[in-house]
Amino acid sequence: MKAQELEALRALIAQHKRYDVLFGVVGLVATMVGVVTLLALFIDLIIDGWGRLTWEFFTSFPSRRPEEAGILSSWVGTVLVMLVTMLAAVPMGVAAGVYLEEYAPRNWVTTLIEINVTNLAGVPSIVYGLLALGLFVYILDFGESILTAGLTLALLILPVIIVATREALRAIPTAIREGVYALGATRWQLVSEHLIPYASGGILTGVIIGLARAIGETAPVITIGALTFIAFLPPAPFTIDPATGQPAGLFDWLFSPFTVLPIQMFNWVSRPQPGFILNAAAVGIVIIVATLAMNALAIWLRYRIRNKIKW
Amino acid sequence: MDVRSNRLAEKRLRKIKERLIEFVLFLAALSAVATTTAIVVILLYEAAGFFEHVSLVEFLTNTQWTPMFENPQYGILPLLAGTLVTTGVALAVAVPVGLITAIYLSEFAPHKVRETVKPFLELLEGVPTVVYGYFALLFVTPILQIFMPDLPGFNMLGPGIVIGIMIIPYVSSVSEDAMRAVPMSLREGSYAMGATRFQTAVNVVLPAAFSGVMAAFILGISRAVGETMVVAVAAGQQPNFTWDPREPAATITAYIVQVAMGDLPHGSIAYQSIFAAGLVLVLMTLVFNVIGHLLRRRFREAY
Repeated sequence: MKAQELEALRALIAQHKRYDVLFGVVGLVATMVGVVTLLALFIDLIIDGWGRLTWEFFTSFPSRRPEEAGILSSWVGTVLVMLVTMLAAVPMGVAAGVYLEEYAPRNWVTTLIEINVTNLAGVPSIVYGLLALGLFVYILDFGESILTAGLTLALLILPVIIVATREALRAIPTAIREGVYALGATRWQLVSEHLIPYASGGILTGVIIGLARAIGETAPVITIGALTFIAFLPPAPFTIDPATGQPAGLFDWLFSPFTVLPIQMFNWVSRPQPGFILNAAAVGIVIIVATLAMNALAIWLRYRIRNKIKW
Repeated sequence: MDVRSNRLAEKRLRKIKERLIEFVLFLAALSAVATTTAIVVILLYEAAGFFEHVSLVEFLTNTQWTPMFENPQYGILPLLAGTLVTTGVALAVAVPVGLITAIYLSEFAPHKVRETVKPFLELLEGVPTVVYGYFALLFVTPILQIFMPDLPGFNMLGPGIVIGIMIIPYVSSVSEDAMRAVPMSLREGSYAMGATRFQTAVNVVLPAAFSGVMAAFILGISRAVGETMVVAVAAGQQPNFTWDPREPAATITAYIVQVAMGDLPHGSIAYQSIFAAGLVLVLMTLVFNVIGHLLRRRFREAY
């Protein structure tokens, strides 16, 4: 080989090595796009909304004057809706996950169910709102209530909980199942006394992620007709309604009109007055802190479970 | 004797209880099928009412969508165009950035970087969409206006970019999974031939993971098509038949939100029109989801 060719070859190799380094930088920059956006979003919200985050903001109803408006009705609404969502979605989702993982025979019905679970996870959330508007609001006549919203969001996060339950169950080694069966336990004894307790960490992670998603969901709740301006709280059980003098029933709050935090934010961000924009940013901080805290908790839980459990 | 018959009775009771529990669990699992069926039935039922008043031809060819006007027109094209334009802008952001991120995380990044960055990407996925809408309207659009002074406050470019950033984690994590499923021996073969990391990634790993990467893009598209709040907040909610992302417009999803915000009488054509729009939306995402899942299955079976 001539010295010249050798030189050209060396240059070629050096060039390709430079491409490697270059891509290392480009890749890092691309990866940082997400992180930087997250930071920009957070800083932007804090600059705009921090000043509005006072005690009164949490204890006042919405108002026409932005500096007096607060989020009392919307955060109470969010808490109550999440309560219904959790009570509906957790038993359903865990039961469905247990069935698919531990009971289901390999046949076309099981395949059909599995395809449906996967597909439902890809359905846009607003479509759940349309389903709920037709089914819960008009056919079942639940009205535009906390119950309707809670059930709608429960359907929305059901696939998340089912998938999390199945993954947690799948991680339990077969030897445990064989050991329990060898002692003469039935399948339900195995599931209820062993598998579900062992899988509870994984299931909890899924539930938290699901609820974090439900808290921020806006579109389906708007579609079922949540109001944007609510200046009262749902009736607490057994308190006297001043208008009628009758005590409220135990479950009256389920059928009360309501609003939730993301809708309050949507409403304020759509208004032209700059004061409301600041309020919107403040609600944004509240929502984002709630969802990020829940997500971070779930990520931490998953990490802990992965490192702690050794079968 | 007595003891034995008692035990047998107990066993039968136990069997019935087991069966009963299994049946209850089965019903819970069946709820997924019931939900899908209910979605299809409700959308078809209400949309059928809509199509009694509006012909399918008008729906698909008319270029005006004005159900709230005195002389209402029902052409889905403006909403469809709005949806496709925002989705296109989102993909122009998410495809290159998501793909480069995936290649970097799967082939280049040191273990420590990957473990630090991935939780952040997951958090990005967890931010509520209405907050992204705020960000698009009050942060991204003003920045774009510095470079494009003619850009109106409501436009499709800002929300499109934000949706793109929103779906980056989605695109990158599915593509990364596909790339990591490529067997190490292929990479080793490539290195043995003297290829660099970058050459291996682009010429060996990427083609081997191609169908998985395509699946990631298509699942990203279906996410972008169904995205609601970002466009409802930042794109102006005004149906506008245009392919120019700098103009304001409404998407299918934004229209549904806009109508639902007003109190519509149950059974009116405007009420039914949101179900017709929803049906189009479901059909679009269904097609993308099916293609995406077929592609994803293919890459799983490849090795």
